[in-house]
Amino acid sequence: MKDGAKVEDKATHQVREDDPRDRVASPPAPTPEKIEEKKKGAAAQRIVDPDYLMIDAPREREFITGSEAAKEAIRRANVDIAIAYPITPQSETMQQVGYLYAEGYIKDYYRAEEEIGVMGAIAGASRAGVRALTATAGPGLVRGIEQIASWPGGRLPSVLLVMCRVVNCPLAIQPDNVEISYLLNCGGIVLHGENQQDFYDYSVAAFMIGEKPEVTLPVAVAVDGFFVTHARGWVNMPAEDLKLPPRDCYHESVPMMDNENPPIRISRDAPIQKSNFISYQMHASWQQEVFAAQERAKKWINRWLGGIIEVVNPKAKTMIVASGAAVSQSREAVRQAEELGLDVGLIKIKSIRPFPAQELIEATDHAERIIVPEFNYVGWLAKEVKSTIGRNERVIAGPRVFGGMSMPTELIMETIVGSKIT
Amino acid sequence: MGNVNATPYRVVPGPEGLLPPAATIMGVPLPEEGEGLVEGRITTEEEALEAAATAMLTRKNPTLFPGPMIIWGWNEHTREKAQPFFEVANEIPGVRIIPMPDYRPIYPKIDPEAVINPCHPNLTIWHNKIEACVLIGVHCHYANITLKMIRAGTNCYTIALCAEAGHEDAMASVPNFDAEKVVRFRDALIKVKKNGIKPLYEGTGIIPSGWAQIAKLKGEIPIKPREASIDGEARGAFSHELVTGLDETAE
Repeated sequence: MKDGAKVEDKATHQVREDDPRDRVASPPAPTPEKIEEKKKGAAAQRIVDPDYLMIDAPREREFITGSEAAKEAIRRANVDIAIAYPITPQSETMQQVGYLYAEGYIKDYYRAEEEIGVMGAIAGASRAGVRALTATAGPGLVRGIEQIASWPGGRLPSVLLVMCRVVNCPLAIQPDNVEISYLLNCGGIVLHGENQQDFYDYSVAAFMIGEKPEVTLPVAVAVDGFFVTHARGWVNMPAEDLKLPPRDCYHESVPMMDNENPPIRISRDAPIQKSNFISYQMHASWQQEVFAAQERAKKWINRWLGGIIEVVNPKAKTMIVASGAAVSQSREAVRQAEELGLDVGLIKIKSIRPFPAQELIEATDHAERIIVPEFNYVGWLAKEVKSTIGRNERVIAGPRVFGGMSMPTELIMETIVGSKIT
Repeated sequence: MGNVNATPYRVVPGPEGLLPPAATIMGVPLPEEGEGLVEGRITTEEEALEAAATAMLTRKNPTLFPGPMIIWGWNEHTREKAQPFFEVANEIPGVRIIPMPDYRPIYPKIDPEAVINPCHPNLTIWHNKIEACVLIGVHCHYANITLKMIRAGTNCYTIALCAEAGHEDAMASVPNFDAEKVVRFRDALIKVKKNGIKPLYEGTGIIPSGWAQIAKLKGEIPIKPREASIDGEARGAFSHELVTGLDETAE
């Protein structure tokens, strides 16, 4: 249908103008001409210092969806291979990444059989020394988690985008970030973005953080599906002719495929694959090292994400602690509380693993009440907060919504004032 | 200095116990370029090198553990670093050189005079009664797990001269350790001796350790001796297909 065509309502016979702005649709696939043009762009990209790309480079603002923000991050991330298995709402993001392959920004891209296959293939690619990316959500994440949980022990710095959408059953493809709780004990780094801007920034930084030699861990960048992935928001980004340096696999904490050590063999020296023959103490020490590496990532999270936490109104006696889309709702609650003359602060948690334990202890030390709003039933963030800070009777574990519900700011306000808002 | 010394936790020779914590988790930071780490405290690079030199000269059975990134000449960087490594060895009287050639588990048992293995590094430390050691050219992951296990069960002073970010789990560590810094470590050894540190094994050279080094010293072709455990009686009692090899024609 052409833009502006007249449309007749068959029930009422009323004729109205079709406004193309009303249509809900994915961004159109690029035309062959556009792809050719973009290929020139990919070839013209120049490698810049990560600090420049993430901190210093001038940025321009675009109004795009979260999935498009992820695409723009990957465009600038010098990714070698992306492997996809579509699951809603992943399909949108990996579809976008697929366009990047067509445009020449990614060297290889394919659709795998299913999530276990994807996560296994990502492990193989990462172990071979290339920069590898995939994305998933909800039940797809849980299906792949056996492989995902082996990445940190294998010291594989791959990047996993997680567009949270609840784990079945019953089937739901709506916002609910319960799947983050499944990632918490895998050993990898878990970042939780608030909005489209975070999805862009965290995704670029993820590669560099995970590939630091003293870290060498996979990084999951989670956002709340639909609120972030399908909705548009303003995103500030540097020029698209800039990209990160390639992965430098010879400066990481383990050898890649063990070809450098005679006798040459395809698999890496990995006592984890031969656990009968290693000491129990080695396995214990290995696990300690994975979580120590998480801790070392804090330095780089602070540098490239502008701090592992963000604190708004730090002296307030009532502090909200939130991550993901709950931060946006909390920001609005803080504003509404201010209008009512209430002194309320906000702590945004950017990284769930490593968890900002000391930072949170210090930022909440003065607080009399700590409210933890969440988009899930289990309250995983409230549990983290309660197990981290002292005097944890101050923690109010809620409000919580789940199963695809949105979180009206009134819910947070009611928790703040202690009664119904009318 | 780039980092602060906030934690009371100290990284000192053990035995610290069954399972010491990772020093990072206890708040020990990594040094920045130009810095070093001594017993969990940020120092200057020079101070760290001198602490390492003093330990290697004054503690019993000092040993250098070169890893794959220094013993295999697979790139120019490796070869650059290997040359001054021997200059370091020559400045430590009575030093042994026991390689960590790779990270595979070695079975049925290791020869602790010939190699150190990250699966059970404490065996090499105990067997040779090593009280000071240097890890160099070992990939960070394997160095860290080795350092923790040594700290758990031995009284060895561990030194990690790391090509990357350094190691909190070592008693002394310097980051970004390239060939130039290997030379600086040699100079630190010379300096502390000049300043009055008397080497415990003064007048002794490099002590050959393991069958390969000993054979080479005798001018013989090194041939790995057969493991006692796979001979005779022990072969039937202990070994299995991993030792004997699979008989692919067996029914």
